[in-house]
Amino acid sequence: MTAALIVLVLLAGWEALVRLGGIDDLLLPAPTQVLDALWTDRDLLAPDLAVTTWEVLLGLAAAIAAGGAVAIAMHVSSEARRALRPLVIGSQAVPVPVIAPLVVLVLGFGLAPKILLVALVCFFPVAINLYDGLRDTDPDARKLLRSLDASRWQTLRMLELPGALPSAFTGIKIAAAVAVIGAVFAEWSGSDSGLGHALLIANGQLATARAFAATFLLFLLAVCLYGAFALLERRVAGWTPRSTPGGP
Amino acid sequence: MKTEVEAPGVEPRDVSGGVTIAGVEKSFGPVRALDGVSLRAEPREVVAVAGPSGCGKSTLLELVCGLQRPDAGAVTAAPAALMPQRDGLLPWLSALDNAALALRVAGVGRAAARAAAREHFAAFGLEGFERARLRELSGGMRQRVAFLRTLLAGRPLLCLDEPFGALDALTRLTMQRWLADALEREPRTVLLVTHDVEEAALLADRIVLLSPRPGRVVETLDVPLRRPRHRSDPAIVALRERALAALGADS
Repeated sequence: MTAALIVLVLLAGWEALVRLGGIDDLLLPAPTQVLDALWTDRDLLAPDLAVTTWEVLLGLAAAIAAGGAVAIAMHVSSEARRALRPLVIGSQAVPVPVIAPLVVLVLGFGLAPKILLVALVCFFPVAINLYDGLRDTDPDARKLLRSLDASRWQTLRMLELPGALPSAFTGIKIAAAVAVIGAVFAEWSGSDSGLGHALLIANGQLATARAFAATFLLFLLAVCLYGAFALLERRVAGWTPRSTPGGP
Repeated sequence: MKTEVEAPGVEPRDVSGGVTIAGVEKSFGPVRALDGVSLRAEPREVVAVAGPSGCGKSTLLELVCGLQRPDAGAVTAAPAALMPQRDGLLPWLSALDNAALALRVAGVGRAAARAAAREHFAAFGLEGFERARLRELSGGMRQRVAFLRTLLAGRPLLCLDEPFGALDALTRLTMQRWLADALEREPRTVLLVTHDVEEAALLADRIVLLSPRPGRVVETLDVPLRRPRHRSDPAIVALRERALAALGADS
């Protein structure tokens, strides 16, 4: 409620500033003008939204698959841990705007570079949070399973993986929120569709309101993805203290 | 046939149901947890190990369950099921699935394991809570689920680590009586670790008193009293006072 109120006040201030302050709407369109562009250019923007959403979903899925596999490998085998840890950390140290043109150069203008760049942005939060979650299991439950002569696989399946779910979801939610960044940089480096592409075109045409509309859609996409995973978490890992109703 | 296990030998396993611990020593780095502890439990005997915090009681149970190896001395034990101090229940499983966990680990199918656990729910006062999540259970119910899980491991020896340590005084009294009844129905060899000498006197056939770290046996008290026992019974009160005196607590 409070958040909505804050946003409304900010939007009203923005609107007033543009309308009354005499700011050129080529430089800064008012929120109502952005809304208007969103509606009039809907046929232009909708396919771009679909393209970017698809890129983000595929990239996120690739990151979850790769990050999950790497985290489990690192957890189970100390050799894998030694071998992969620098790569996992390194993946986060890669500056996406710098590498994006290179990736496009190698992989071309198709879907592949977009998926790769989204996955690159998402990989680290997914892998590192799952890895921490796997290690961070109740020592008493671990002791119990050992006393029952549980195999490594049983311990992983019955204790560590379910116990790591909340932490894994934290990683996935962070990834969902930043995935859009990877998609936009990939599109800027070479593409003929997507919201990032639409943003470039609108900028070039001085269609500032449309550029803002595309930005708004990117923001909305990130928020919706985050919300979807938060909902999924409540269904799948509803036993965590933090997802009890009324909890913090 | 008993298999003597010398440190740092293989896992202590024996099928007769008893435990023999002979001159066991265990250190963790510079900390000496156990210093020459010896005790035994005959099959179907309840032996309480009582002592102050940090006297190595939990370490003793881990040795018996094969989770640790002694630095010196020998542990000969039947296959043991451990009930850890903070119950070790899994919050994502229902009460029924938690109780059935040991069976699942042993390779029993989901339906069969659940059916086996469900049979005991009424006797354990858990009827109607089969599908309940942990946060819907009271402290006493959680302990009963954990105890049922321990029992269903199907091992002759139960290692209970402060099973009622986290409960309020009133619930603890109820649960002590409940455990005595449950063991009457399903007799097992029990090693009961507790810091509460009264609990030891109420439940055990024998009480082994350990000194503060490093743990040594201060005294062993037999409890030749009939069950059910009551805490107001003069014999229990006398035993409690004697145990406290032996542990150096002046009353």
